[in-house]
Parts: sequence; structure tokens; C-alpha cells
Amino acid sequence: MNAVPMRSRLWRAFHQLGSPPYVYRIAGRLAPWLGVASCVLLAVGAFWGLVLAPPDYLQGNSFRIIYIHVPSAYLSMGGYVLMAVAAGIGYIWRMKLAHGVAVCVAPLGAWFTALALVTGSIWGKPTWGTYWEWGDARLMFELLLLFLYIGYMVLRMSFDEREKADRVSALLAVVGVVNVPIIHYSVEWWTTLHQGPTLIREGGPSITMDMLIPLLIMLAGFSLFFGWLLCKRLQGEILRRESRTRWVRNLAVEAAA
Amino acid sequence: MLDVLRQILLRDLRLAFRRWSEVATPLIFFVIIASLFPLAASPDEAQLRSTGAAVIWMSALLSSLLALDGLFRADSEDGSMEQLILGPAPLGLVVLAKIVAHWAVSGVPLLVLAPLVAMSFYLPLTALPELVAALALATPTLSVLAAIGAALTVSLRAGGTIIGLLILPLTGPVLIFGTRATELAALGEPVAGPLYLLASLAVLAISLGPLITAAAVRTALE
Repeated sequence: MNAVPMRSRLWRAFHQLGSPPYVYRIAGRLAPWLGVASCVLLAVGAFWGLVLAPPDYLQGNSFRIIYIHVPSAYLSMGGYVLMAVAAGIGYIWRMKLAHGVAVCVAPLGAWFTALALVTGSIWGKPTWGTYWEWGDARLMFELLLLFLYIGYMVLRMSFDEREKADRVSALLAVVGVVNVPIIHYSVEWWTTLHQGPTLIREGGPSITMDMLIPLLIMLAGFSLFFGWLLCKRLQGEILRRESRTRWVRNLAVEAAA
Repeated sequence: MLDVLRQILLRDLRLAFRRWSEVATPLIFFVIIASLFPLAASPDEAQLRSTGAAVIWMSALLSSLLALDGLFRADSEDGSMEQLILGPAPLGLVVLAKIVAHWAVSGVPLLVLAPLVAMSFYLPLTALPELVAALALATPTLSVLAAIGAALTVSLRAGGTIIGLLILPLTGPVLIFGTRATELAALGEPVAGPLYLLASLAVLAISLGPLITAAAVRTALE
């Protein structure tokens, strides 16, 4: 029936992912779907979370910022892991496109980190009585994560050659991964102001269904939104990297015609 | 294999002591930051006592960063780093030897100086052994982190300024456990917990750090 074994098919898929025109096309095809789906999910999740969900018995309506805060915090860490994995793949297999993915994730992750910090401190004011608490480990490490993203981008910018920037910054991205588990477990290791984990914990989520479902919708919506932006940025990055090649020139000719 | 380690260690130590001003600068820097601090804050005894641990750890952190810009720079500028990369010894081991040599001239003197500074900040005498133990466990981690930073930036002309941005965010855990140990010691509480955590960070840094540093040096100079 099918002569090609599974293993070699997987390898072919992996190698195809190294081909810039192929990935450019895939990203272009995925982007509108991701964009529409994320907008629908974000609209539904926001309406459900902000209007339909019941107010918290302790925090009243102020808890509703969770629908922005938790998805951005989750993307700030998930984005870093994605960046580090992409950079690691690029370093090990000398795959230029993987470096391209890492480059595109960095500013997105940095913005979601900033968003998590800002929404967290807005939430902190009515709940803890303070915008910022230096003694809280999770706030500190989230801030350090922002600095790691910035360090990665600054290190890239200080190299003239793109290839060297790719390879050296990849090592930094991989080293920085140690911070991610520290952020996740910081609320268990150092109990201060920030509440413990709500979703990923032993014994299931500690949140009622009415509040959980819109949160999950928002998480999915934010993730797809991230994917949408990533596809668009990746297309731009591929064009920048491949600007001298024939297929990009053909693309430009087609667009002009 | 161990012979290579010993020879590089001795070579780096000899070089360091021939240019002793470069060795002394970070230490003097450490003392100056610590002594400027009471001027910036307040010389009040109670306040100095409460901030002493933080001042000592921040000064140690900054001086260890200051010291490491030259770790690979001189060798890569005169071409001896390329020789070491091409040589038969594994580069991770070579890098480890260089880190150890550097720790011996920057970390160890810090262990001697820190109790003096701590006493001037009214830290109780009984807390000094714990302070030295915590610094002895933390300085290798700081040296490894700074070596990674130095290796990442070795091919850049203005490497020194960027190292801090890359490496300081990673020093958070060392700083947390280090100051925790010192504060507990000052209160007369047991400090085993944070010391064990500092030790585990040191083991992690020493086992993985040289490999990453070697990869970074090789990448930067290829």
C-alpha cells in the first residue's frame, strides 16, 4: 500500500519545514484562519467572562481581569519556551528558519510579558492594596523574564552578521529557560502575595465552572492570536532573509503585475 | 586530560598575577560599592544592620561581573583561544579550567574581604562563617554565569556593557538564597536550607555551564 515508512515521512516533513518558500506559503494559508478564529474566541470569551460569569464572592468584579492576565502570563512563559526550542533546533540542526521563528517570537513574548505585568499590578491594587510588591517571587521572576527577552533582542542587534547573531543568541535563549520552571513553581516555593496555581495543579482546577469555561476560551483565543501574529511576522522575516532569492523576486513581480 | 586542566589553570593564574592590577580592581570595586552605600542610604546602625546582607551580595554580584569581561577577550585577540579550540583537549574542560582560575583570583579573595565588610555593617560575628560558606557556594555559580556572558559577547567590541543585561536576570535565584542564608544567620536561625539550594545551583552551573560556554566561544569565533 504505502511504501514510505512512517519514520522517513516524518523526516521529510521536518526537512520541508526548513524550506522557506514552503513555510512562507503555509504561514500565509494559516494566518487568516487563525485570525478569524482568534477574534471569534476572544469576543465570545470576553463577553462570557466580563458579563455572564458571576462576580467573585471575595473580589467582586475586579477578578475579571483574570481573563486578560492569565492568558498573557501563560503566553509570556510559553512564548519563551517556544523561542528557546526554536533557537535550539536552529542551533543543533543549523536550520535558519528555526532561528527566524525565534526572532519572531521574541518581541511577541516580551509584549505579553509586559501585559501580564501591567494587568497583574492593576489587579494587585484592589486585591493586595499595592501595585507592586518587591517581596513577591513570581512578580520578580516575571520581571526578570522580560529582561531576558530584552537581553536576547539586544544581543541579536549587536551583531552585524545575521548568522552569528542567530547562533550566539540561540545559546542565550536556551540558558534562560531555567527561569521558566522557577516562575511556575515560585508561588509554591515562596508563599507570599500571589495566589497559588489555579489551573495546572493536583486535584484539578480550583475555580468554578462558570468562571473556568470563559477562561479556557480566552486562553485558546490568546494562543490563536499569538499564532496569527507569529505567522504574519514569520512571513515578513522570511522575506527579509530571502530577499535576494529568485522565488521572492518572482513573488514581487507577481504582486506588481 | 587532567594535565591540560592543570596547565591552563597554572597559565591563567600566572598571567593574572603578572597583571595584578586587573585582579585587584574588582575587589577594590567591591569594597568601594559597599562603603559608598552608607553614604547613599544612611549611616544609622539599625538600618545598616538590616541592609548589610543585601549590600554585600549586590557588591559581590557586580564585582564578579566586572571581573569577567577579560576572561576570553585577551586570549581570543591574540589567537591563543583558536589554538585551544583546535587543540586535542575538549573545549569544555579548557573552559572549566579558565573559570576555576578566574574564580581563584576573583571569588576567593572575596571570601576574605566579605567578613570585614560584613563586620562594618554590624553583622553579628557568629553569622560570619555562614556568610563565608554561602559566598563560597555562590561565587562559583556567579563565575560560571559571567563566563557564559563573556563567551557570548567575546566577538563584540563593546561586550562589557551588554554582559550585565544578559546575565543579571539569571542571577536571581543565587541572590535570593544568598541573602536568605545571610539574614537567617544574622538572626541565629539554621541556614542549611538555603545553603543546600546554593550548592545545588553550583552543581548545576558547574556541570552544564562549561559546555554552554564552550559552545558559545566556538560559535563566536568560528
